Order: sequence, then C-alpha cells, then structure tokens
Amino acid sequence: MFDFSAFFDHFDEILQGFWATIRLAAASAVLSLIIGTLLASFRVSPVPVLRSFGTGYVNIVRNTPLTLVLLLCAQGLNDTLHLTFSSNSSTTYYWWAVLGLSGYTGAFVCETLRSGINTVPLGQAEAARSIGLTFTQSLRMIILPQAFRSVIAPMGSILIAMIKNTTVAAAASYAEVALVSKTLLDAPTFTGGAIPLFIGVAVGFMILILPTGFFFGWLAKRMAVAR
Amino acid sequence: MSKEATVLFDAPGPRAQARNRVMTVVSAVVLLAIFAALVWRFNDKGQFAGELWSPFVKWTVWKELILPGLGNTLKAAAVAAVLAMLFGIVFGLGRLSDHRWIRIPAGAVVEFFRAIPLLILIFLMFFVPNKISPSIADSQFGTLQRVLVDDFFSLFGVEINAGTIIVPAFAAVVFGLVLYNGSVLAEVVRAGVLSIPKGQAEAAYSIGLRKNGVMRLVLLPQAIRVMMPAIVSQLVVLLKDTALGFIIAYGELLNAGFNLIPANYHNNKIQAGIVIAIIYIAINMAVSRFATWLEGRGRRNRKTGGTTLGTGVGTPPAPGMSVKDRTAGGTGSASI
Repeated sequence: MFDFSAFFDHFDEILQGFWATIRLAAASAVLSLIIGTLLASFRVSPVPVLRSFGTGYVNIVRNTPLTLVLLLCAQGLNDTLHLTFSSNSSTTYYWWAVLGLSGYTGAFVCETLRSGINTVPLGQAEAARSIGLTFTQSLRMIILPQAFRSVIAPMGSILIAMIKNTTVAAAASYAEVALVSKTLLDAPTFTGGAIPLFIGVAVGFMILILPTGFFFGWLAKRMAVAR
Repeated sequence: MSKEATVLFDAPGPRAQARNRVMTVVSAVVLLAIFAALVWRFNDKGQFAGELWSPFVKWTVWKELILPGLGNTLKAAAVAAVLAMLFGIVFGLGRLSDHRWIRIPAGAVVEFFRAIPLLILIFLMFFVPNKISPSIADSQFGTLQRVLVDDFFSLFGVEINAGTIIVPAFAAVVFGLVLYNGSVLAEVVRAGVLSIPKGQAEAAYSIGLRKNGVMRLVLLPQAIRVMMPAIVSQLVVLLKDTALGFIIAYGELLNAGFNLIPANYHNNKIQAGIVIAIIYIAINMAVSRFATWLEGRGRRNRKTGGTTLGTGVGTPPAPGMSVKDRTAGGTGSASI
C-alpha cells in the first residue's frame, strides 16, 4: 500500500511537473496583475465604453468555469482557429494556459482592486483633483498606490487560489503536475505508489502555498495604510 | 456622457469632454478591431458555417445532450452543497470547541484540505480507492471496508467487487467538492460565530444556559444570518467547480458541450463552448444576484450583532495567512 519505490521511480517526472506548475504560476501571477489593474482602471475611468467593457468582461469571465475558459483557449482558439504562439505545440499550449489562467484571475484581481479603490478616502481624490492632476495622473500617483496597499492580503488569497488553479491546466493539454499524476494513476500497474504520490503532490503544493500565505500576511501588516 | 462628478474625476469641462470623446472613439475602435479580427478569423476557418451552429436550435440536441448534462451538473452541485454544508458546520464548530482534542484535529483537517487543489482531491477520490482497496481487503480491515462501502458509500454509487472498490466519476466529484468546499465553509462558519459580539454569549451564560444552549439558541441563529451571503457565493464556486468533472469524464454540462456535441456535429467545439458558457453564466449570475440581495437585506434589517460577511469581503483568509487586524478589504478569497 505504501510503496515509496514506485513513487521515487517517477520522482523526476513529478519534479518536472512541479517545475511546469511553477512556470505557469509565475507567468500568470505577473500577467493577471497587469490585466487586473488595467481592468480596474477601465472600470473607474471617465470613458463609458471602457467602463462597460470592464464590467462586461468581469461579469462574463467570473461566472464561467475556469475549465471551460482554458478549454476554449487550448482547443477553441488554438486548435480550431489556429491562433498559435509558436510552431512548437508545448510552447503554444503553455502560453494559452498562461493567457487563460491570467485572463480568469485578472477578473478577480480587478474586483479586489476596485474594493481597494473604494477604501481610499474621498479627500485624497479631491486633493489630487484640486492640485490639477488629470484622471490618469491621480489614479497612478494617488489612488492606486493606496488601493494596492490596502488589498495586499486579499491579493495574496487570489494568488494562492491561482496557484491551486494551475492544476486545471491539465484539461488544456499543459503537462503540469496534475496531468503528470493523472498519467501515472491511469497506469494499472501503479498501485502501491498512489498514496505516496498523493502525499508528495500535497506536500509540494503546501511548499508552494504556505510560504506565499505567510509572506502576504506579513506584507499586509507591514504595508498597511495608517489612517 | 454623464456629467456628474465621481470620486475620481470632476464633472468634465470643455477640454476634458473633448479628451474623453477622443478616448471613447479610440477605445471603441481598438475594441472593435480586436472583435473584427476574431470574427474575420472565425470566417476564415469556416466557423460560421450553418451546420456548426444549427445543432443548438434542434430540440433533440437539448433533450439528449445538453439538458442531461445540465442535470448531472446540478445533481452533483446539489448533493455536494448539502454535504459540504454539513461538513462545514461540524468542522467549523469543532474548531471552536473548548476541548483541545477536538479543536486541533478539526483545524488540521480544515487547513489541510484548503491547501490542496480541488482537482488533486478529485483525483484522490477517483483513483486511489481503486488502487489500494485490494491490499486493504487482504488485511484485517477487509470486512470493515466492505461494510462501509456496502452500507454507506453505495449511496453514491460506489461499488466493491471482490475487494476492489470502483468509485464512479459522480462520487469522486462530489467527495472532492465536499472536502474542499466543506473546509472553506467551516472557516465561514467559524468566522460567522466569532463575529457575534462577546456580550451575546456572556448574556446567554448569565441566564444559565449551557455551552450547547448558548451555541444552538443564541450564537448560531445570529451567525447564520451573518454568513448567509458568504455561503451562497461559495455555492457559486461549488457550481463552477463541478466543471472539473470534465477531466475525469463525468457526464456533466461541460462534458456534453465539449465532448459529446462536437463528436456528433462536425467538431463544433467553439460554438458548443459558447452556448455552454452562456448557460453557466446565466445560472451563476442568478445565484450571485441572490447572494448580493441577501447581503443587502442583512445590512438593512439588523437583527444580529455581527457584521454581515460579504460575498467577497470578510470571507476567511487563505491558508497560511493570519491577519488579525483585518485591513480594508478584509482578507477574503473573493470566491475565486
């Protein structure tokens, strides 16, 4: 039942799976932050077209299952419409997974950031306007820096959820750790290694997630805006 | 163009109005260009062909593929929601227990299952019992295993055949959802009970109620009102997560849309995906609307001492995070 040798026979594959997970998570973290910030500034902007685009995007993406988003990216846009990033199929699937995951996470980042913007006192924006700053200037120099500082902890929660969501990329033909485990578990001979594999994957995710949580908890305390 | 001032910008003057008009035109052009490029690509690859779209106006497609899929999705979501709620109440109250030997194991279970991706939990439930049951059947727990499966897990369609357990995809999805969402709900329950002012419990003790009575008659009724919106928005997450059943080939809505329909109708994956997405969005938006309405109602008529846990704000922090003095947005995981 606890046959660790079967697990360690495939240890390299599993480590490679985790490396693929980390690559996906890192790229998506950066991209989703960019997408989310952009969407949040759309949603508070004075231009109605951008406002309604932001609202529509968030409402659609937030209510669609991530599995469907990633499948539409990998099998719809890539396989059917042949919108590829490179001729190498694994590179293309990687970038579509990054794009799908960050497009999905970006909607949540946007909503969190918007709740952060709401916590910035009215006087700050009024003061920014009274010294003649334009919308973009006041957003960039006054509002967003304070908004970001007040939402560090919820952003950490979103980042953690995103790291866990990388496993869904298994549906989008990206060989990260969940797909590696599924391939191993599909083999009928891989019986004794099943529980060690589960323990290994669980521990791996805890190694990724718990420090992230502690770091963001610490950062949120450190960066809290004193009001 | 609205003239009223918001927090971020004044009522626009002539120059700002001109600038905003330019921005409106530019952004509209850019967005339309992206849309047009996509439409052109669609047309280029022949994705507007009638035979790819026509299945969705045929009643047989709805009756035989989409509606059974939707039924399976809702069935898994409903069973998992009820069980996750039970799991959440048991473990949430377990974590609040005065006895260390209840509090610590309950906390460990909740934190463990919240830190693991749901898909991995579904894999655990789907593959692992099948792999390890033969060796359990040979050990002294063999009888216990058979009795457990026959008397309880058979309710979910789990079968045992000569010592080998077969977990159907439905049961694996439900068990995975229950463990994960149950743990999240346990945290919601705990946060809800803790949000009730201390005076309530003290007053209840002072009129002579015991622990059981204080919890059952005073704290829980108020806490449930507080946590209702957070629970409902967690149900949206649960409903969305049933789509993970696709990966282990559970015949739910996404499976109908992305495997069955394309296999029968010229591989129309994009078209099927769009129709399925609309169904998911409609259901989830209705449930979210309900959560927002509940939240607003909870804020309006205050019959409870606690602050209403919002749909995104005020939900418990992610694993590993312990922020005591909650910052503005709370540490909520925003129901992702």
